[in-house]
Amino acid sequence: MFLIFCPHCREYRSEEEFHYQGEAHLVRPQDPRSCSDEEWGNYLYFRINPRGLHKEMWSHSMGCGRFFNVVRNTETYEIESTYLLEENSKDQKSKEIKSGNRTT
Amino acid sequence: MAIEQHNRIPGGRSVDYGMEISFTFNGQKIIGYKGDTIASALLANGIKVVGRSFKYGRPRGVMTAGVLEPNAIFQLDSGANTIPNVRGTTQEIYEGMKCTSTNGWPSLKFDFMGIFGKLLGPLMSSGFYYKTFMFPSKAWRLYEFFIRKAAGLGISPRKPDPDIYDKLNHHVDILVVGAGPAGLSAALAASTSGARVMLIDEQAEIGGSLLNIPIGQTPKLDAWLASTKQIMRSSAKLQIFNRTTVIACHDHNFLVAHERCSDHLGPASTKNLVRQRLHRIRAGHVILATGAHDRPLVYSNNDLPGCFQSTAIETYISCYGVVPGKDLVLATNNDRAYRSAIAWHKTGRQVKAVVDSRINPSGSLVQQAKTLGIKLIFGAAVYEARGKGKVDSALIGKLQDGSSLEIKPLCELPCDTIATSGGSSPVIHLACHTGLRPKWNEDILGFIASNDSSSMSIIGAANGDALLNKALIEGQEAGISIAREQGFLFTDGSPPSLPVLEVNDEEPIMPLFLVPNLQRPARAQKQFVDFQLDVTAASIHQAVLEGFESIEHVKRYTALGFGTDQGKLGNINGMAIAAQEMGRPISDVGTTVFRPNYTPVSFGSIAGRGCDDLFEPIRYTALHSRHLQQGALFEDVGQWKRPWYYPKATESMSQSLSRECISVRKKVGILDASTLGKIDIQGPDAREFLNRIYTNSWSRLPIGRCKYGLMCTEDGMLFDDGVTACLGDNHFIMTTTTGGAARVLDWLENWLQTEWSDLRVFCNSVTDYWATIAISGPFSRQLLSEITDIELDGRDFSFMDWRQGSVAGVPARIFRISFTGELSYEINVQADYATVVWDALMERGAKYDICPYGTEAMHILRAEKGFIIAGQDTDGSISPIDLGLDWAVAKHKPFSFLGERGMQRADCLGTERKQLVGLKTHDPEIVLKEGSQIVFDSKQEKPMHMVGHVTSSYFSPILERSIALAVVEGGHHRMGEKVYVAFAEEEMHLAEISSSIFYDPEGKRQDV
Repeated sequence: MFLIFCPHCREYRSEEEFHYQGEAHLVRPQDPRSCSDEEWGNYLYFRINPRGLHKEMWSHSMGCGRFFNVVRNTETYEIESTYLLEENSKDQKSKEIKSGNRTT
Repeated sequence: MAIEQHNRIPGGRSVDYGMEISFTFNGQKIIGYKGDTIASALLANGIKVVGRSFKYGRPRGVMTAGVLEPNAIFQLDSGANTIPNVRGTTQEIYEGMKCTSTNGWPSLKFDFMGIFGKLLGPLMSSGFYYKTFMFPSKAWRLYEFFIRKAAGLGISPRKPDPDIYDKLNHHVDILVVGAGPAGLSAALAASTSGARVMLIDEQAEIGGSLLNIPIGQTPKLDAWLASTKQIMRSSAKLQIFNRTTVIACHDHNFLVAHERCSDHLGPASTKNLVRQRLHRIRAGHVILATGAHDRPLVYSNNDLPGCFQSTAIETYISCYGVVPGKDLVLATNNDRAYRSAIAWHKTGRQVKAVVDSRINPSGSLVQQAKTLGIKLIFGAAVYEARGKGKVDSALIGKLQDGSSLEIKPLCELPCDTIATSGGSSPVIHLACHTGLRPKWNEDILGFIASNDSSSMSIIGAANGDALLNKALIEGQEAGISIAREQGFLFTDGSPPSLPVLEVNDEEPIMPLFLVPNLQRPARAQKQFVDFQLDVTAASIHQAVLEGFESIEHVKRYTALGFGTDQGKLGNINGMAIAAQEMGRPISDVGTTVFRPNYTPVSFGSIAGRGCDDLFEPIRYTALHSRHLQQGALFEDVGQWKRPWYYPKATESMSQSLSRECISVRKKVGILDASTLGKIDIQGPDAREFLNRIYTNSWSRLPIGRCKYGLMCTEDGMLFDDGVTACLGDNHFIMTTTTGGAARVLDWLENWLQTEWSDLRVFCNSVTDYWATIAISGPFSRQLLSEITDIELDGRDFSFMDWRQGSVAGVPARIFRISFTGELSYEINVQADYATVVWDALMERGAKYDICPYGTEAMHILRAEKGFIIAGQDTDGSISPIDLGLDWAVAKHKPFSFLGERGMQRADCLGTERKQLVGLKTHDPEIVLKEGSQIVFDSKQEKPMHMVGHVTSSYFSPILERSIALAVVEGGHHRMGEKVYVAFAEEEMHLAEISSSIFYDPEGKRQDV
């Protein structure tokens, strides 16, 4: 069971408090009406499934109720960093984790 | 009559010689001492046969002294307290315990399977069950009866579990698993740093392998152990759990431990005490000091009672003061096993010989044995045990290196005990639970888990380093450095010093797993690898011969490691034997995957207190007491208890439903609709937000009006629906289905926080703050007018309006919406005033014969009107257009709302999609079963082409006939056509496709 640092609460909390929300950084097409069936299908259904680091969205649904992103290693299940949605994933190494208070 | 403990000697560390305990084994009274395990007490009394083997029914005795035990598997006690598959080597005895052998039907002495196994044994090869019981397929039921009977591994209790179980959560800085030399010294060191340390050990007392050293043999060590216990007991920072097994190691250092709090005391003396406890531990750092398991050698008849794992001999002598025989032959390929021969010799009983496979070993333990006058045979091995029902002698042969290792008979030594050691296997299970694959280590001939995690360390014998003084030092160093890494600085002291021990000189171990026999495995007397499931070297050879290459497949084909011991004793030997037969190195063949749980866990402890009323949260509405008064029966909707129907004294369900439905249609009914999800939506962009979320337009909804809305996912399929009211320009209240409330809020939040973070909107769940009472029926206006100050006239307060005012003196919002098709008002009041309003309505309503109705009548009433229930009539593959709700899908909204593009996919535009229609059965009395499949032609060949299914079906009291809603391919253009609805038992019912609105199609009744 994961121990996840919520960047809103700034605390490590147990996975039970969170919901997985799928791949991060998916953008809804600006003008869905002009999308071909294929483009819309890609947006709807096609997801990456990398071995290694994966950016994914989680929500702290049993906590603050807010969404954020997680960089997780799908091989080792280690969480490299968590960051706010509006932050660029590239700038977010593990600083959130290091500055947070472990609540173990 | 009790038998005396003729194998008992003084000096056992773990038993209290002053406290006799009596129990029964297969009906025979046995006396042991407090601290004894079942196995040690049986051995003390000279009982050799403790069970029968699973497949061949061969007699079996105790082989080990711990969790590896494959044979001493017992059923404890009876009735509700009975426990199946208890390991006799770990379960302590208590007064009055009733212990019976698990295998051995009909009895241990006369075993049907034993004879069956003897006759058919040669035929029962690997994959026997797969190959034999396949044909003829009709005979399976007969086979199954005998297989189940024969397979009987224990009996589950049939009665509810009377015991109490608990769960505890912990957060610790450092968790040490295993209180042997390495673990003790690590925990001791770490706890002086100020860190919160937890030490967990499966045994009744701490010490681990230290307890195998006879007391008095190494005074320095005894003293260290005593002082360590004392320091630990007084440490405020250290928690110790005994009789507790860490059963699982999950991601991010989340571990689960199973504590057997009172199993050693028995059920009689522990009423109202917790029996077992499950600890959920989140640790900053985990130190695994889980030690190693001694691995037996594989030779012919190695399952005869009297064959032991070498360290078990040490344990029985040192811990329990039990010498399990008169004369011992020890076979080994390493130095360490000599300890058991030395310990045996010192009890005054005879060691016939130590048979060492190595040519000329000369380590310090070998020297010591020689000095004691023990006969040593080098370059040799025990290749077969002889005896009838127990060991009578050992056949010893000289090992010769030819093209492969061979054996040449040397002598036969009479003895009653054979102990073997083929080296030790580090206990790496926990380290591997999160996916780590172990690596073969040629020096120790065992798999170790090379772990590069910064938050887990493996120390001592678990990491391959089994030398005692090294383990102590490694433990201390790990304890200190890990505490420092965690930020603890030893400001209050430093770790106590370690004892300085003589270092034993050890020589390398020689690879030996399967001892060569005069015959090849298929011909030789059985050479058991997995004792619990009777997997032999021959069956592994056969699996390889038949082409299995992956060790995972060999495991599944032969059942290697499938027993309750999960292969702790036999798996490494099995893998080595498979590797040898495949001609590949062991490192290449690898191990099977280690999965939780390490040892079996009772269901009780997994459930903990989460049973009955505490199984799941239950939500009651504010009006629950009133429903109880009215005699309601309840149904579970999500976590809610909702009134299902309200039967009067002798009424049947259908009579009650009929009365409730007719009351609503003809007079007035009252419904508790409080469970409907309610989300308060506020903000300057709330209206725009609704436009995007719902399929219809919200741009012009004025204050005081309500609107029905459909919510779709991006693929264009309906996922929730409900009425939303405009409370103010920036303020709306949304209702959702009862079951969908949480999901909808999550959905709204998702869009607001991710895609549309520019919208200024806040959503809040207010479901529990409001109670909703719906009154429905022709008299509802008259009734309500008696207790409200709101003008109810149809022109002032028309259909789909809402008004604010007071009802029964309570501030209320009234929504004029209808889920029954009748004139209806949904009265929303603050939840704590709910009963006042309900009581007032019931009192004033008496003269109109007001009738409370439940969810079942509500379903019938809405189905009569063709109103859908999202999740019942839809399943995530039905679009609003399929439902005939095109009118609720906007055509020209500026923003492309959720689901719009999805609905335009080619697949969604077809006319032959499954569409919602009504069904009227030819026979009006037949109520179709929900979920029944529909076909156009009942005479077609099977498998038939199914064109849809029934989604809702009821008997309508007002129409006096059955009605159903269904989805049917192209249903919208098939009005009036005939279909057949299939029931089980090949019945087909004729029905006609109709409009889904069965009653008042013009909708006049609700709009008066």
